[in-house]
Amino acid sequence: MAIISRGFSGRRSAADATLPPGQYLTTDFPVLSAGPTPHIPLDRWQFTIDDGSNVLKRWDWKSFRELPTETITVDIHCVTRWSKLGASWEGVSLDVLLADVRTELPYAMFRSYGDYTTNLPLKDVVNKQAWIAFKFDGADLAPEHGGPARLLVPHLYFWKSAKWVKGLTLMPHDKPGFWEGLGYHIYGDPWLEQRYSGE
Amino acid sequence: MAGTAVLGRVTWRSATVVELRDETATARTIALAVRDWPGHIAGQHVDVRLTAPDGYSAVRSYSIASAPNSDGRIEITVERLPNGEVSPYLTKELMVGDDLELRGPIGGWFVWRRDQTEPIQLVAGGSGIVPLMAMIRSRASGSSTAPFRLLYSVREPAVVFYRNELQALSDQDHSVIVTYGYTRVAPKGSPRPPGRIDATLIATGIWPSNLGPTSYVCGPTSFVENATDLLIAAGHGRENIRTERFGATGERK
Repeated sequence: MAIISRGFSGRRSAADATLPPGQYLTTDFPVLSAGPTPHIPLDRWQFTIDDGSNVLKRWDWKSFRELPTETITVDIHCVTRWSKLGASWEGVSLDVLLADVRTELPYAMFRSYGDYTTNLPLKDVVNKQAWIAFKFDGADLAPEHGGPARLLVPHLYFWKSAKWVKGLTLMPHDKPGFWEGLGYHIYGDPWLEQRYSGE
Repeated sequence: MAGTAVLGRVTWRSATVVELRDETATARTIALAVRDWPGHIAGQHVDVRLTAPDGYSAVRSYSIASAPNSDGRIEITVERLPNGEVSPYLTKELMVGDDLELRGPIGGWFVWRRDQTEPIQLVAGGSGIVPLMAMIRSRASGSSTAPFRLLYSVREPAVVFYRNELQALSDQDHSVIVTYGYTRVAPKGSPRPPGRIDATLIATGIWPSNLGPTSYVCGPTSFVENATDLLIAAGHGRENIRTERFGATGERK
């Protein structure tokens, strides 16, 4: 039974109805990171896919940017409770990056510059569900927002959309990435309000 | 394993307001007696939930300002945001004796543990001081002798949190050094004109990188970006810098 807060009425808006539980709307784009923002020169950037022992695919910035891109307009939901509606991104679909990777391994650990990691089931990043995004609102993605390129997997809490992404490692079993090892939920579905481990 | 700091701590608990103290014209410290509080580590935060009579509820996260203890009492300091939904209630309406709900402690990364012996550099922008104050209080209330420095950037003297306590702590123990940076209005006789923190202030107000300090930087996003870039330029390893940012939107992250 909730405790009623005497004299609290809150501020509801029609848009709240379209948000996952416990989220509120923002028009800003707040930043959440565990450490300093890495500044990665494009001539040193690369993205690799490996299976834990062998590198299966590798792109440098030039070959990555020659891949077909998509414009994606999606809502994003941060575990710190803000949601942003209709954010516009440009990126390369994971379907393109994984197109000729044949694997039975069902999980992926995304790796970032600055040593951040986050784990995802492979089925959550294929079939038009995830992109490596390099533009936001028509402009190059700023370093504090994950530029030059970040993972975009909008159907999960936004910490899964790893900034400064540099690759993914396919894994036979799920295992926690950075925040997941610090008590955040292993999967992170905002509609089920899976914020912390144990809920 | 740091994750255990959160496991099993997702239940909502009732808490009673036991004391209120104004820190500045717009910030207030709220002391809470929490039922079955499991204890915390300096730097962690709690989720606070307010519920309206019709069942509508709003949740925000606030850093814990007090040192870990075993008496079930914690303090948070809340800055009132002009367009906030929750902070105006917490800083103006809430009274001693009121109950509210909270859960936590949450967070296992931006924390200082009493068994850390290396020099500690704290860098605060505005209300980013709150979790760093918990670290300073944690050091003072335990037996730690880790050398601490705080570089505290604020708009003007009137918005400094915890000034007297910081003064007293650094007078008592010369291993706690506090340096202020003022961005808009500096006090009379201040050696430095008002301005954002810069390489000069970093050079004089923080531990040199060769002492191997761990740094904790907390404040608004633009402050944290600037401060961490300056730390790295001054030779501090990025692996030794931990950050907590809050966005322009609003409520304390």
